Parts: sequence; C-alpha cells; structure tokens
Amino acid sequence: MSIWQYANPVKFLALSAKVQPTLWLISGICVVGGLVWGFFGTPDDFRQGSTVKIIYLHVPSALMAINAWFMMLVTSLIWLIRRHHVSALAAKAAAPVGVVMTLIALVTGAIWGQPMWGTWWAWDPRLTSFLILFLFYLGYIALWEAIEDPDTAADLTSVLCLVGSVFAILSRYAVQFWNQGLHQGTSVPVVTGGRSVADVFWYPLLTSMVGFGLLFVALVFYRTGTEIRLRRARALRARVGREL
Amino acid sequence: MIALLIRDLRLAFRAGGGFGLGLAFLLIVTVLVPFSVGPQSTLLSTIAAGILWLGALLACLLSLDRLLALDHEDGTLDLLLTAPLPLEAVVSIKALAHWLTTGLPLVLAAPLLGILLNLPGPGFLWLVSSLAIGTPALSVIGTFGAALTVGVKRGGLLLSLLVLPLYVPTLIFGAEVARRGAAGLALETPLLMLAGITFATIALMPFASAAVLRMGLR
Amino acid sequence: MPELGKYAVEVLSAYAASLVLLAALILLTLRRGRAARAALEEAEAEARRDA
Repeated sequence: MSIWQYANPVKFLALSAKVQPTLWLISGICVVGGLVWGFFGTPDDFRQGSTVKIIYLHVPSALMAINAWFMMLVTSLIWLIRRHHVSALAAKAAAPVGVVMTLIALVTGAIWGQPMWGTWWAWDPRLTSFLILFLFYLGYIALWEAIEDPDTAADLTSVLCLVGSVFAILSRYAVQFWNQGLHQGTSVPVVTGGRSVADVFWYPLLTSMVGFGLLFVALVFYRTGTEIRLRRARALRARVGREL
Repeated sequence: MIALLIRDLRLAFRAGGGFGLGLAFLLIVTVLVPFSVGPQSTLLSTIAAGILWLGALLACLLSLDRLLALDHEDGTLDLLLTAPLPLEAVVSIKALAHWLTTGLPLVLAAPLLGILLNLPGPGFLWLVSSLAIGTPALSVIGTFGAALTVGVKRGGLLLSLLVLPLYVPTLIFGAEVARRGAAGLALETPLLMLAGITFATIALMPFASAAVLRMGLR
Repeated sequence: MPELGKYAVEVLSAYAASLVLLAALILLTLRRGRAARAALEEAEAEARRDA
C-alpha cells in the first residue's frame, strides 16, 4: 500500500467518493463556524474597530492562494517525473480554486485598506506580489485551455508552473526591494512559532483557516474527479468514432 | 550554429522580416506618452526612464510570436529538432538572433528617445547600460514563452499573458537602475540583481525552452 | 447582529463579496461535475451499444 496506488483513476475516484462527504461536512462546519464565531463572537479591535472581522476571510484565503500554487507545483512535478495523469489533472483542478482564493484575498484586502490605510490599493510588496500571483494563475489556466492534446497540455503547463514558481518568488523579492510596504507583518509566523494575533481573534481565525484548507481539498477532490470523467468520456467518444 | 544565426539574422533583415518594427513601436510609444500625460517637462523627465523601459519591454514582446511560429509553419523547426545540434543550442541561438534584431537596436535608440522625454543628463549612461544588461533576459524569457505557445494557433495574446508576468523582476530591477541613475542615486544593488537575472536566465532558460519545444512538437 | 460601528459597510461588503465568490466557485464546480458525469454516462452507454 502506498500513495502511488491512487495514481490509478478508478482507485482515486473510489477514495475520493469515500472521503468527500466527511471532507465537505468538516470544511463546511469549520468555514461557517469560524466565520460566524469571528463575525458574532469576537470583540472589535481597539484600533481597527470592527474591520478586524475581515481577517477571518482575508488571512485564510491568502494562505490558500499561496498553498494552492504550491500544491500545483508538487503535482506538476509528480506528473513530469512519474507521469501519473491524476496528478496533472489535480493541478488543473486546483488552479481555478487558487484564482478565487487570490481574488478573495485581494478584494477583502482592498475593502479593509480603504478605511484603515485610506486607500483601496497601494503598491505595497505583498499586495503587488498577490496581483502577480493572480496573473500567473490566469496564464496557467489560459495555457491549459489553449492546447488541445491533453498530455501536451499537462506537460507544458507543468513546466510553466515550475518556471513560474521561480519567477513568482523572484518577483516577491523584487517588489520588496522596489517599494517598502504598508502591509503589516504576517499574522501567522510559522518559522518563529509565535504569533501576532491575540487569542480572542486567533481561535476563530484558526478554525476558519482549517475550514478554508479543507474546503480547498474537498474542491480539488471533486474537480479532479470531474476532469477524470471528462477525459474518460472523451476517450470513449474517440474510440467509438473510430469504429463507426 | 553560426549558420543558423546568420540565417535567422538574414531572414529578419529581409523585407517583411520584422526588423525595425520594434524600433518603430518604441518611437511611437515615446511620441504618444506626452500626448497622454501632458507636455510638462518636469513630469516627463521623472517618468522618462520607466517609459522607455516599458516601451522596450513591449517592443520585445511584440516580435516574440514570430520568433518560432514562422519556423514551425514552414517545418524548419521539425528539421532542427532532428538536427545534430542540441535543441538547447538552437533556442539559445534563436534568442540571440532575437536580441540582435530587437534588443540591441532598442538599446542604441533609447538615448535618442530619452532626449524626446527630457531624460536628465546622468540618466543616459544608466538607461543604456541597464537596457543593454536587461534586454538579453527579455529575449531569453520570451523564447521560453514562444516555445510554450508554438503549437497554439493564434497564440499571440496567450503569449503576452504568459510572458508578461515573467518579465516582472527584470522590469523592476532594470527600470530601478535607470530611475536611480537619472536621479543620481546609488544603484549598485539593482544593477547587480539585474545582471544576476540576465546571467541566470541565459544559463537556465534554454533548458526549459528546449524541454517545452520537445514536448510541444512531439 | 453585532454592533459594527462606523465600518459596517466595509465589513459587510467584504463578507458579501467573499461569500459570493465562494458560492460562485462551488456552483460552477458542481455544475461542471454534473455535466461531466452525464457526458461519461452517455459515452459509456454509446460504447456499450456499439460493443
């Protein structure tokens, strides 16, 4: 038994069907729970007022926007090295989810920035790199759409994802150099183990982050299944067409 | 290799080869900028370096879709694929030819256009050097984009969407060098970063481009 | 409903925009998923008929 047995689409679909109900349930509970808890159950920040409530949307979506790309990078590598179709399709399935997460992070950030920084948008390094990440997502999806042969599309998008990752990181440091930021430091400094958010805000935020994470996983499972079915339907059609 | 380079250069210089299109594009952009932002010379001199960098970048982009597409259409690319020359070398040569026909003329023309935009005196040297250092990276990265979209019909728009985000770091550091140069500030850091990006892309991108070409033409 | 003070519009619009985006993503995902299932069943039925 190893993880590679799920490279078989049938096995993957079976696993996906088994875990999905639980995933959707838990992620739904966590997202709704975290947001309701954050919205109704937490006090206002003494400086930010009630806008602090936006954090329960902003931070989890930003987190998932980056992690979705990271997941695409890993699955692209698996496709390039081991040629598992499910892996390539999972990368394809994750991209639109990543786009929506990036959009949510950008929109909520802009809405929060308007009263707090006095501007919807500033060319701050973090904001700018998210915008660039958004562009990378768009290019990635457009390339998938543009190429007809599915294996070639998987190959090319995988390489784009690898090269894009390098350039995305490079851009991150380039924009940091280019402009000093308004954006506060990270809310969840993983490296130092500490955190800059008070407990009252932290627990609902954590719930929401877990919820967004699981929601992403559930969506990717579902969407990968969709891609597998579409691919199979197409293959069947092609075979029938040739026999006629 | 040299034969391939000479062939590419000759094709580019021939009528309809597209040589000079980039130059004309940059000239037009430079002329249009004062129309859109107003003719105040102080405003123009602050944005001159950035505008010229952006114009040069777009001019490079403009000529990318014919970089490999024409060779793909007439089958030259398939021949090159089976040639004894490694594909990495082929794409490097292609990028070099692109730079010689697009990047280099832009570098040489930039100071003239700088005059039109009131570029401050000390800025000329740094504008030219930053372009000279940065445009090879644009050609090499652009070759990767062209290789990605070579099999796509009417891939021009897609090509821009793919390549422009990849141009971000080069543009940031290149324009920063030119801007600081014009303002008389210290510019070692962005200059070194720009050179680093150029050398790294020249060294590594041909492998990605060649890999992508092999996948796309299989 | 908690007291949102002077930032009520901002907070509510942030929640509304995010939830709309999430809902759109989930709806599109489900619709495409259903279409894929239908297409696969149809293709399989066709393949069986031929076989």
